[in-house]
Amino acid sequence: MAKKINRRSHPLTPLPKAPTGIPGLDEITGGGLPQGRTTIVCGGPGCGKTMLGIEFLVRGALEFNEPGVLMAFEETPEDIARNVASLGFDIEDLAAKKKLFLDYISVEPSEIEETGEYDLEALFIRLENAVETIGAKRVMFDTVEALFTGFANPAILRAEFRRLFRWLKDRGLTTVLTAERGEGTLTRQGLEEYVSDCVILLDHRIKDQISARRMRIVKYRGTKHGADEYPFLIDERGMSVLPITALQLQHGVSEERVSSGVPDLDEMLEGQGYFRGSTVLLSGTAGSGKTTLAASFADATCRRGERCLYIDFEESPKQVARNMKSVGIDLEAWSKKGLLVHEAWRPTQFGIEMHLLRIHKLIEEVKPQAVILDPITNLISSSSEKEVYSMLLRLMDTLKSSGITTVFVSLTSGGATLEGTKVGISSLTDTWILLRDIELNGERNRCLYVLKSRGMAHSNQLREFVMTDDGVQLVPAYTGAGGVLTGSSRVAQEAKEKADLLLRQQDAQNKQQQFNRKRLALQAQLEALQAELSDLDREATETGLEERQRMAELILDRERMAESRGSK
Amino acid sequence: MPPKSKSKPAKSSRAAIDLRLYVAGQTPKSLAAISNLKKICDEHAQAAYHIEVIDLIKNPALARDHQIVAIPTLVRSLPVPIRKIIGDLSDTERVLVGLQIVGAGKS
Repeated sequence: MAKKINRRSHPLTPLPKAPTGIPGLDEITGGGLPQGRTTIVCGGPGCGKTMLGIEFLVRGALEFNEPGVLMAFEETPEDIARNVASLGFDIEDLAAKKKLFLDYISVEPSEIEETGEYDLEALFIRLENAVETIGAKRVMFDTVEALFTGFANPAILRAEFRRLFRWLKDRGLTTVLTAERGEGTLTRQGLEEYVSDCVILLDHRIKDQISARRMRIVKYRGTKHGADEYPFLIDERGMSVLPITALQLQHGVSEERVSSGVPDLDEMLEGQGYFRGSTVLLSGTAGSGKTTLAASFADATCRRGERCLYIDFEESPKQVARNMKSVGIDLEAWSKKGLLVHEAWRPTQFGIEMHLLRIHKLIEEVKPQAVILDPITNLISSSSEKEVYSMLLRLMDTLKSSGITTVFVSLTSGGATLEGTKVGISSLTDTWILLRDIELNGERNRCLYVLKSRGMAHSNQLREFVMTDDGVQLVPAYTGAGGVLTGSSRVAQEAKEKADLLLRQQDAQNKQQQFNRKRLALQAQLEALQAELSDLDREATETGLEERQRMAELILDRERMAESRGSK
Repeated sequence: MPPKSKSKPAKSSRAAIDLRLYVAGQTPKSLAAISNLKKICDEHAQAAYHIEVIDLIKNPALARDHQIVAIPTLVRSLPVPIRKIIGDLSDTERVLVGLQIVGAGKS
């Protein structure tokens, strides 16, 4: 045998792993399948066993430079090539490049007669020839149990299986073996008895008419692995597994702020908007302007030259784009520039994990700075509230750890508690903006307030939400003696107040003038009296002087008389 | 057919029965199968036959080309339809039934 026999020189080194390249699977297995060992992939029909194995081979050949051999017992190479071509794998091309070797083993019980002793040496010869032709490191058997239908002697088969697994292990070939699930056992033929290094169980169940795929690592000798059931999906890009329990609260935080797209709303959030990487919940009743507000945020994101991923569960991108034009937001222009990726699909289209994985894939592809989900409440129609909650939790975790600002739009249906979301994620979000309608005086007006916004001194004001030709404006609602008024009653109240004010101002002006006049009159009176007083004073002085003069003259006269008498 | 043939009896190339025995090296099972087959053909064949022994260790690719899984495998390629018998051919009755090379009267 030309192949070197792999022997572990250090028994204490951790188990070497062969990465599968399947997103998520390498995370839950701690690096991949056990290298040089055999892994059993079991499950019912149509659960994706073959898919997993082929992807393991194809990705091994393409991404890890490990050529692989596919020993197919059920499908011809042509069928397999056609099946996986839809997933973007060109098996025939890989085979031509000697990165993959396909061998179809047909076992037709009707043509075979058994007489006496035999073994499956020809199978070994074929396998060895294939492995040596391309220098394979990986092998897949799909589905080896077909041998049990072809050969009647189970004792020989079991002995040969034991020999096969030893043979594979001795050559250090990382092997995937698919097997049908049996009644009460993992595999119908009890293959797990021979191979017990790693067993992966796949399950495909239908709940409420929606399919859900689950994967569980039943056993993985010598390694720590996730023990839960992990949802996975198979789509046009192959298989992806979703680790659920990766929930952590260790994401970094940003001090940076990003505009909400509405200057007036930024004003309410300390004048700066949301924190980058935070989660924002926009909740409100139907027609309260949630989508408009979300679109404003998308617009602002693209304006900064950042990428935005808008996932719609309700309207088609074209419809949203048309509607948003009426408020001066041109989403189509951003889509054309490649900054906005607007995806829409129905929530009932598939199960909740599918949604999550699809969103994950889009995030990986688009690498956005902002993500909008509109509306998350619709997802409930495809699943239960609890599942939606856990999905959003996981999504939030991913988004936060990647520093993506997220806007969740949540519809509050009529009669439901306004300050609550159907899926109960309100406590998890950082900023919660509530949109509501106020009915008054025969009209319905939109109102907005910031219910909470962690880490900032946000406004406590209720604002009226007005849509104009160039975007959303938030008008301070009338709050005063007449209560909270919006719309025309606010306008009326404001006009009335204005008139009242004018009246009062005029009144005050009149009074002032009256006072002024009176003051002037009094001043005049005061002046007249003062004049009188001074007249009187003068008169009095003058009278006194005359009297003194007269007296003096009298004395003088008397003196003169005396003089005239006495001297004569 | 490239592999070397151990063409058996004298009856010419235009044999009515064409048999191929696939073996892997000189294992006891292979050797037993070869000698059992010769014996059966010598004793029971009623038509001209031709036996070819193919060693897959020397020609591993043939195992794939001829869809051989078990060793030893005896393939009757003529007359059609193709029939396969696996094992060391120790049960003569079953080999005869399987190959249907004896006359219709016998079973």
